Amino acid sequence: MVNVTFIEHNGTEHKVTAEAGQSIMQAATFNQVPGISADCGGACACATCHTYVDAAWADRFPEKTEIETDLLECAIDVKENSRLSCQLVLTDAMDGIVITLPESQ
Amino acid sequence: MSIQKIVVIGAGHGGFQVAASLRQNGYQGALQLVGDEPGLPYQRPPLSKAYMLGKISETAMLFRPAEFYQTEKIELIQDSVLSINREAKTVDLNSGKVLSYDHLIIASGARNRLLTLPGADLEGVHGIKTREDADVLAPLLGSIKKVAVIGAGFIGLEFAAVAAAQGAEVHVIELGERPMQRAISAPMSDVFRLAHEGWGVKFHFGTGISALESDGNSDSVARLLTTDGEAIEVDRVVYGIGVIPNAEIASEAGLAVDNGIVVDEMLLTSDPNISSLGDVASFPCVWFHGQHIRLESVQNAVDQARTIAARLTDNSAAYKALPWFWTDQGDLKLQIAGLSIGCNETVVVGSVDDRKLSVLCFRDGELICVESCNRPGDHMVARKLLARVSGLTPDIAKAQDFDIKAWELANRPSA
Repeated sequence: MVNVTFIEHNGTEHKVTAEAGQSIMQAATFNQVPGISADCGGACACATCHTYVDAAWADRFPEKTEIETDLLECAIDVKENSRLSCQLVLTDAMDGIVITLPESQ
Repeated sequence: MSIQKIVVIGAGHGGFQVAASLRQNGYQGALQLVGDEPGLPYQRPPLSKAYMLGKISETAMLFRPAEFYQTEKIELIQDSVLSINREAKTVDLNSGKVLSYDHLIIASGARNRLLTLPGADLEGVHGIKTREDADVLAPLLGSIKKVAVIGAGFIGLEFAAVAAAQGAEVHVIELGERPMQRAISAPMSDVFRLAHEGWGVKFHFGTGISALESDGNSDSVARLLTTDGEAIEVDRVVYGIGVIPNAEIASEAGLAVDNGIVVDEMLLTSDPNISSLGDVASFPCVWFHGQHIRLESVQNAVDQARTIAARLTDNSAAYKALPWFWTDQGDLKLQIAGLSIGCNETVVVGSVDDRKLSVLCFRDGELICVESCNRPGDHMVARKLLARVSGLTPDIAKAQDFDIKAWELANRPSA
C-alpha cells in the first residue's frame, strides 16, 4: 500500500491509498480525485493528467522521456516540477508522496 | 418527464464513460450498464501492445475498481442483449432478465470482421479485440517463430511490432499498397513501412490470400497461400481486417441503421428515447461537411459519451469534438488530429530520418488534419489550430524554418 495525497488547485486535499505498480494517474482516477481527466487512459498521448510533484519526491522518478517533455510543453501552467502522472509509477518507497494538481487540464 | 431509469448497452470506453459522466453530472436515477464480457470494464488500446507484452497488468487496464460501481450505484450486468422493445421501453437479456428504461444508450461497439477464406477455422488463427483474445495470444508470444499478420491497419501493425520485438519472423499481408492506407497519408505510411522493415517485418502489399493450410497431420495452421501463388510457412496467423458495427439489435428494433446506428447531431437515434455513441454510431460530423460517418476511436467514444451524459443532465449541446487518434508501434507514437478525407496536398515538417515529423494535410489549401510521429507537441498544437480557422496555408508550412508550435503561438487570435 502506498499513501498518496493529492492537493487540488483550490487547496482541497484527497488522501488515497494505491498499490505499488499503479501510476499516479490511476491512483487519482481509481479514487475519483477530480482534476485529472486522463483522456487517453495513460498512453502518454494527450497531456490531460498533468500534475506537480512535490520537490521532496521529484527525483524518485525516472527522468522525463522526450515524448513526455514535448507533451508537457503544451499543458497549461507548466512548472519545473510538472509531470504527466500516467508516466509516474508508484513504488512502496513512495509512501506519503504529495501531488499537486493544476487549475485545469 | 424526468428520466429516472437509464440503461446502457455496452461496457467499453463509451458505455463506461457515459455511466461515469452521468453520475459526475449529478444524475441520481437508476443506472444499469450491460456488457457481455467477464470482469470489470477495461481499456482496449493496451491489448495489442503493452498488455500483450506483459508490461501492464489486468488491473492497470481497468477504468475503475469494483468499489467505484458500488459507490456510484452503477449496476454492472454481465449479459448479452437479445432485443429492444421500444414500445414497452424494455431490453430483453439472454438470461431472461428484462430491463426497463426511460432512456436507453446503445454503446454496443463493433466486432472483428472474420476471415472467411478456406482454413480460417484452423487452430493458431487469432483476432485481437477482447481481453480474452489477448489472454490467448500473449502467453504464446515468446514461442512464435513465424507469424503472418493479415491486414496492415493499426491493430495488425501494433501486433507486428510486438511480435518482431519478440524475435518472431513477421509477414504482413495486405491488399492495399501501403501501411494504414485508409487512415494516413502516403508520406507517413512510408515512415512506418521503413520502420517496420527495420524491425525485420516483411510486407506483402497488393496481396490477397487464397487459403490457410495445415500440414495435414494436425488442425494447426502451417502455411498461408497468397493469391500470387506464394506459400508462406507460419506457425500462427493474426488478423486485423476491420470491424463490423454491432447494430443488429437496433435494426431489429426498427431504428434507422446505415453503416451503424444513425444518430443526429445530438447523438439521438430515430427514437427520442434512445441515444447511441462510439464505434456503432453513424453521426453527422462537422469535420466532414456534416456528412454521416462512423469513427472507431477512444476519443470519439469518450467525447460522445460526455455529450450524451450532458444532454441527459440538462446541458444539451450538439456533438462537435475534433477527432483524434493514436497508435504506438515499436518506438513510434503516431498521433492524428482531424480527418484527412479529401486531402489533396501534404507538407512534411520535421525529420523523416529521425522519425520525428508531422505531415500537414490540406484540402484545397485548408488545413484539415495533422499526423505526428514522435512529435506529440505538434499534435497538441494541431488540435488547437484545427479547432479554429487558422489561416495556415501549405506555402507557410513549406518555409524552411517552419515550426508549427511557434507559428500557433505567433498567430493566436487575441482573446
